[in-house]
Order: sequence, then C-alpha cells, then structure tokens
Amino acid sequence: MRRLSIAEALREGIAEEMRRDPSVFCLGEDIAVPGGWGGAFTVTLGLEEEFPDRMLNTPIAELGFFGAAVGAAVAGMRPIADVQYGDFLFLAMDQIVNNAAKLRYMSGGTVSVPLVMRAPVGATGRGSQHAQSMERYFTGVPGMKVVAVSNAYDAKGVLKSAVRDDNPVLIFEHKLLYGSKGARTEPGAVDATSEVPDEDYTVPLHRAAVRREGSQVTILAWLLMAHLASQAAERLSAEGIEAEVIDVRSLSPIDYETIGASVRKTGRVVLVEEGPRSGGVSAEIAAGLMEHCGNDLLAPVVRVASPDVPVPFTPVLEEAYRPDVARIVEGVRRVLRD
Amino acid sequence: MPQLTETADWPTPLKPGAYEDSFLLGLYERMVTIREFEDGVKFLFLEGSMPGTIHQCQGQEATAVGVCSALREDDFITSTFRGHGHALAKGLTVESLLFELFGASTGCCKGKGGSMHVGDMSKGMVPGIAIVGGGIPLAAGMALAYKMRKEPRVVACFFGDGAVAEGAFHEGVNLAAIWDLPVIFACENNLYGASTRVDLVMRNARIAERAATYGIRAETVDGNDVLAVHEATLAAAADCRAGKGPVLLELLTYRRTGHSRRDACHYQPQDEREAWARRDPIERLGARLIEAGAADAARLQEIRREVQAHFQRAVEEARRQPMPAPGDIADDVLA
Ligand SMILES: Cc1ncc(C[n+]2csc(CCOP(=O)(O)OP(=O)(O)O)c2C)c(N)n1
Repeated sequence: MRRLSIAEALREGIAEEMRRDPSVFCLGEDIAVPGGWGGAFTVTLGLEEEFPDRMLNTPIAELGFFGAAVGAAVAGMRPIADVQYGDFLFLAMDQIVNNAAKLRYMSGGTVSVPLVMRAPVGATGRGSQHAQSMERYFTGVPGMKVVAVSNAYDAKGVLKSAVRDDNPVLIFEHKLLYGSKGARTEPGAVDATSEVPDEDYTVPLHRAAVRREGSQVTILAWLLMAHLASQAAERLSAEGIEAEVIDVRSLSPIDYETIGASVRKTGRVVLVEEGPRSGGVSAEIAAGLMEHCGNDLLAPVVRVASPDVPVPFTPVLEEAYRPDVARIVEGVRRVLRD
Repeated sequence: MPQLTETADWPTPLKPGAYEDSFLLGLYERMVTIREFEDGVKFLFLEGSMPGTIHQCQGQEATAVGVCSALREDDFITSTFRGHGHALAKGLTVESLLFELFGASTGCCKGKGGSMHVGDMSKGMVPGIAIVGGGIPLAAGMALAYKMRKEPRVVACFFGDGAVAEGAFHEGVNLAAIWDLPVIFACENNLYGASTRVDLVMRNARIAERAATYGIRAETVDGNDVLAVHEATLAAAADCRAGKGPVLLELLTYRRTGHSRRDACHYQPQDEREAWARRDPIERLGARLIEAGAADAARLQEIRREVQAHFQRAVEEARRQPMPAPGDIADDVLA
C-alpha cells in the first residue's frame, strides 16, 4: 500500500475509472492544459497525456458546461465535472437542481443522469466568494446524492462509486485536505493522506464512518471538521472524556443507522459544521436525530458552527469564523454539563 | 422587428416531382394533428377537466414538423415548456401525450412530467426543459456524447426568441461551436416571450445574426413554410453529420394563441394577428397540395376529420386511464 494525498487518490480514481469505462470523461476549466495546474487543485494533473480525447477544457461557463455534462449523461456518458471552487456551483445551479436532479423523476424513471460533480469547499484565506461551505444548498434537493470526503482512501473509493452510480452525485472536497503540492499548496492544510490499496475498491455513498470509538458523547462532523473533531477527542481523552467521532460523510441521504447506533450508546451529540449555523446541514441532522432516536438523547444536542456572516478575509477573522478544536472541546463540555 | 421581407409571403408552387405525394400528405397530417390536439386540449383545459397549465403552439406547427421530419428516428430533440407540437412531430402518440396531460400513470412520463415536460427517450425526445434556455447547454452535451462515441446522430434543440437573452444560450452555443458539435439550434422566433415583444428586449432582434459571434453558420427561415423548414433542417443536419459543427436556424413564426392558460393575448396587435393568420402554415401547405394536384380539398377535409375522430377517441380513453397511486410518489427519484 502507498500513502496518498486526496488529490493523488482522486487522480488515480479518475484514471482507473476512465480506463475501465470509455464513457467516463472529465470536463472543467483548466483541467487538462499541458503545463497547467490540473484543475485548481492539481487533481487532474497530467491526465490529458493518457486521455487526450476525454479531458475537456471548457471556457469559463459553469452553467454551460454543467449543462453539457447533464446532456452527455442523459445521452449515456458518465461525465465528471470539476467546478474549481464550490462557490461557482451557484452559476450552474439551474442545470444541477432543475435538470440533473429532476430529469429521472419527471420522466417517470426513463432518463438517467449518471453525472459526477466535484466541488472544493472551505475557507482558505481567499475571502467570501472562494470559501463557502456549499453542502447546505444541495442536501435538500431530492434526486441527487451528496457526499463529503475527508481522507484519501475515502476520496478515491467514493469517486469510483459515484462514477458507477446511475444518479447525479455531488462530491464535496475540502481545500485544506487535498495535500496539493508546489505552487498550489494551501497554507494551514491538514494531513488527510491515507493508505490506499493497489487493488480496485469502492466506498459506499450512503454510509457514515466511525473514526474513533467512545462512550460518553458522539461528535458528528465532516470534511475538515471531522479532522478537528478527532483532534478535540484526543484532547478530551487526556481529561478522561471518551468521545466517539463519526465522519458523517454521506450528507444526502444521511446514514441514521450508524449515527443512531452511536447515539443509543452515548446519549449526547455535538454537531460540528464549517459554514453558518442558520440553515446548515447540522440543523437538518439535529431534526433527523429527534425523529430517529429522540428518546435516546440524554441532553439537547449542541451545535458548533460558524457565525451567520459571509466568510471574512483577514486571517484573524477567518480564524474566528471557523470552528476550531477549542470550540469543539467547549461544545462537548457543554453537552456533558446538561 | 423581424419581418419576412426576404421570403415571399406565399411560397412558390411545389416543384413537380420534388417530393412524393405521400410525404407531403404526411407533413400535412402531422401539422393537422398538432392543431387539432392543441385546439382540443384548449377546450378540455377551459372546460376544467384537464389539470395544470398549458403552453400551446397553434400557428407554429410548421417549425415542429419541418424540423422533425428532417431528422432520423434516432436523432434527438430537446424541447421547452411549449412542447406538445415537438412531441407529436417527433413521433409520440396522441394517446401517450394526452394521458400525460391528464396526469395518468400511462402517460409518456407516468404522469410525473405534465404538459411542460412531455418527452419520450425511446422516441428521441428528452422531456421538455421548462426553464427558459435550460435545454441549450444540455443539447450541446448530448451532441458531445454522440461525437465522442462517433455516432452519426444530431440533436435539434428547440427554444424561443426569449431564450436568446439567457446566459445559457451564449454558453451552450459557444460550447457547441468550439467543439464542432452536431446541434441544430432551432430558434422558434414567434416574436413574443410571454407577453413581451422581442424587439422591446433586444436591440438586434434578428437572431440569426448572433451566429457570427460564435463563428457558426445560421439561416433565417420562413417558419410558417413547412418545406422551407424541412429543407433548412436537412442541410443543417448534413452539416452536423459532416462534422462542420452546429447550425443556428431562426424560424420566423407566430403564436396564434395565448402564452399559457387563459391568456387572451391582447398584447398582439389586431393587424399583426390577421397578417399572420393569412400565413397559416397548414392552409399554406394545403393550398400548395391542391395546386400541385397532390390532393383535393375533399381529401384534406377527410384527413382533418380522421385526425379529429382519433383525438376524440383518445380523450375518451384518457378519461379511463389509471392515476398513479399516492404510494408510488417516491418511485423514480433515484436509480
Ligand atoms: C428562466 C426562466 N425565466 C422565466 C420563465 C417564465 N417563462 C416561461 S415561458 C416564458 C417566455 C418564453 O418566451 P420564448 O423563449 O420566446 O418562448 P415562446 O414562449 O415564445 O415559445 C417565460 C418568461 C421561465 N420558465 N424560465
């Protein structure tokens, strides 16, 4: 086994799927320029050498090329669309929500849209319009699946599942987890490398992952926050508090089986989300917990999220914006006090 | 304001032998089928027995039939909220369409699409995209798939003059242009977007002129002359299949009905309506058929009566169709 970064693992996953299935192709801005970046975060670096006809550079036209991806999927291809920054999904919103997610249903099941969309998210020193956590805008859209990957093993396995899935799948990746190298390195990045097997494998799109076992409290998080939650759990463990950490990973549909089993064990839940508190995915999960295992809760859930403001630029405010280990630890203490 | 200055007000007589009589009668019958369907549906809708809303295409039969008759069966079309005519022209049956409008589980989309989303993949028609302009990039993507797989298919993408102002038009046409995709952009310029006249919202209302911006070929066609549309589409499809890239066809036509529902259409000036009524695509083809001896008035009348009878039978059947069960609501959300 090798240790790969998320960017490397995704690249490998894309290449393997393209070798396996000639209907798989990629499209996006700057994804296949010889001597270029390989997309904004190096994920597709060099793939144009092996697949000169299936790595399509697009103009800066998100609505257009997402629409083209939907059309190609309708016509039997399996496109992977790269949006550079999740924030630009808004420009393609019509094609994603009104076309990709609805065509199967409104055609009475006769149209398939096997489309993969990859979107980097997260605050990383770029200011408000290259920083948003976009999950909230898509988890409430029936007709598509939404996944968030936080390590290299998952990233590759989820990507491969997504390519083989007959539904539109939106994969969120976090800029601070790629492990991109050289000029595309992100200051403040977290190590999300993992051992990746040589052989073919997939990771299911609808399963949460228990990252750490614990008995007193369940911390639910995803993307960068899953890493910070694990760090918080280590710190709490030194104080004798054993937290279970679950990487929610599948944001739509949400795996209440795995989550519910943990809640039945611990009775207490802290939800951690990068992105504003109001209207967030954690609000949805909190309500879902009430429906699925409300009777098992020993205390009201606690949410740790960003304030209801656009992502600020200046480092001191960006730090204050995003939940950190200290705030997660504080959230756990709060839920244990109740 | 686009006028039909470059095409004669009444088409030239049919060249003898240019077309088989049966082909011409087929075009005529399809256009009549669309007209009778739309008039019948309008009645059903106003009577209150049909749910939802409707966007109809009386007056625009020649664009739908002219384009689709020039396509092969496995070519695809994309459509809009105004798709009844496109569907009938592409080979969906009156029944599957009507059942869908009634919301029956036997409709072309099992009742889940409705008037604005009629389509049938097995007939080469993607369910209508009701977001103005939304089908344009999608059509480019379908054509991209055919090009990548080296399939000799084309996609004809129907949209209205209103869609030209959307970003999706620019983005979709540009993509098709740079990738030389086999798309026929079939703009039905009926001079109105809802109640707004095209020249109120466009400095250059001659839509074909836009093609130069993208470096593609375009043509303005008399959209009320079914043979002119057919021939322009044949040429466009040939260009597409030869790898020459997309073609924009501006089909000048006129909507002889309201935009939707009970729209009385008071914004269309009386003289304009009358002028276009004299250019009615069905009457024009009928007159040419008679003149050329391909049919006589009695035969044309007979076709109309047969179509009407068929429609009435379909309505009776539609009223007896099963509705989807509430328990089926979550079917077809995900694969
Ligand atoms: C993006 C979008 N904006 C507005 C509407 C509402 N709307 C439906 S049809 C229509 C007019 C469309 O005009 P045009 O494209 O010329 O087509 P036509 O009705 O003439 O066939 C409008 C504004 C819509 N469906 N989608």
